[in-house]
Amino acid sequence: MQRLLFIVPVVAFLAMVAFFGFGLTQDPKELPSQLIDRPLPQFALPGIADVPGGGPGFASAALTGEPALLNIFASWCAACPQEHPVLTRITREGYPVYGIAWKDKPQDSREWLAKFGDPYKTVAADEAGRTAIDLGVTGVPETFIVDKRGRVRFKQIGPISPEQWEGTIRPLMQKLRAEA
Amino acid sequence: MNHDPESKRTTFSSLIKRYRFMGPGLRRRDSWGLVLLLALLAAPAAAVQPDEMLQNPALEARAREISKELRCVVCQNQSIDDSDAPLARDLRIVVREQLTLGRSDDQIMDYVVQRYGQFVLLKPPVEGDTLPLWIGPFAVLGIGGLGLLAWARRRKPAEVAPLTAAEAAEIDRLG
Repeated sequence: MQRLLFIVPVVAFLAMVAFFGFGLTQDPKELPSQLIDRPLPQFALPGIADVPGGGPGFASAALTGEPALLNIFASWCAACPQEHPVLTRITREGYPVYGIAWKDKPQDSREWLAKFGDPYKTVAADEAGRTAIDLGVTGVPETFIVDKRGRVRFKQIGPISPEQWEGTIRPLMQKLRAEA
Repeated sequence: MNHDPESKRTTFSSLIKRYRFMGPGLRRRDSWGLVLLLALLAAPAAAVQPDEMLQNPALEARAREISKELRCVVCQNQSIDDSDAPLARDLRIVVREQLTLGRSDDQIMDYVVQRYGQFVLLKPPVEGDTLPLWIGPFAVLGIGGLGLLAWARRRKPAEVAPLTAAEAAEIDRLG
């Protein structure tokens, strides 16, 4: 009994240490997406080609028929140049990447793309950030993987690294292409 | 004019200089009054900007209450009512738009939860997976209390040494 009274609190304490220790390895900034396995919220955004007027842009319906990546970026985003070569590579490998410039002046987005090169199939501007709220975006860059039927299947928070592309996202894209 | 141009303008540094000049003359009581005044001025700090506010004071008050319950997803330990983050501003505007559309408080909370998940609720609902959050502290307090009680019961009162013959004699003498 005496021994148990000593052991139980120690074990309980160690369990708490393990639990909180695991918590420290998690990034609280990475909120799990509410959209996984749900259809992409509807939107129709103007483009950045000629402001004002908006250019073509694209609507959520554009991301159906073929698995695609939907990348949220901004010219003021510090991590976006780091992700940029990976996006260029993804496009070169034949996967469509749609871009949404978040809370960015179309003029600035255009200059940014002119400077780094444009990896996107098409780019739309979400200057007010309303579509981003519907998507549950918390920052840039973020990337949604959308399947043939227009459902979100995966969300990447932060820049896609070459390792993540090769190890996680490309295999997923191949799997989504094989789906009926 | 042979004025020193610096002396005409009220710059921050000139104010500091003036205050420092006054410094030794300030009595301690005055400076405490100043501290109190500054503390009172600092208290009502919210991030809501005048251009976001609704004309209808009742709706605006509801918007403030709802905003205090919603976590800013950028700065996480602030509500959107407190946060200066651009995304918090966007969400404050969304809350107000929903209010003007006649939505109820619960509907607006749901609107945000659907997009960002339950994590945005600063007061999580009592549900299966949030139960440890709600009852955990009371459970720990209860277990600790029981342990303390058991320990207190078990502790025997310290034994008192019997009086020596000399002490007994002393008591007799005093009595």
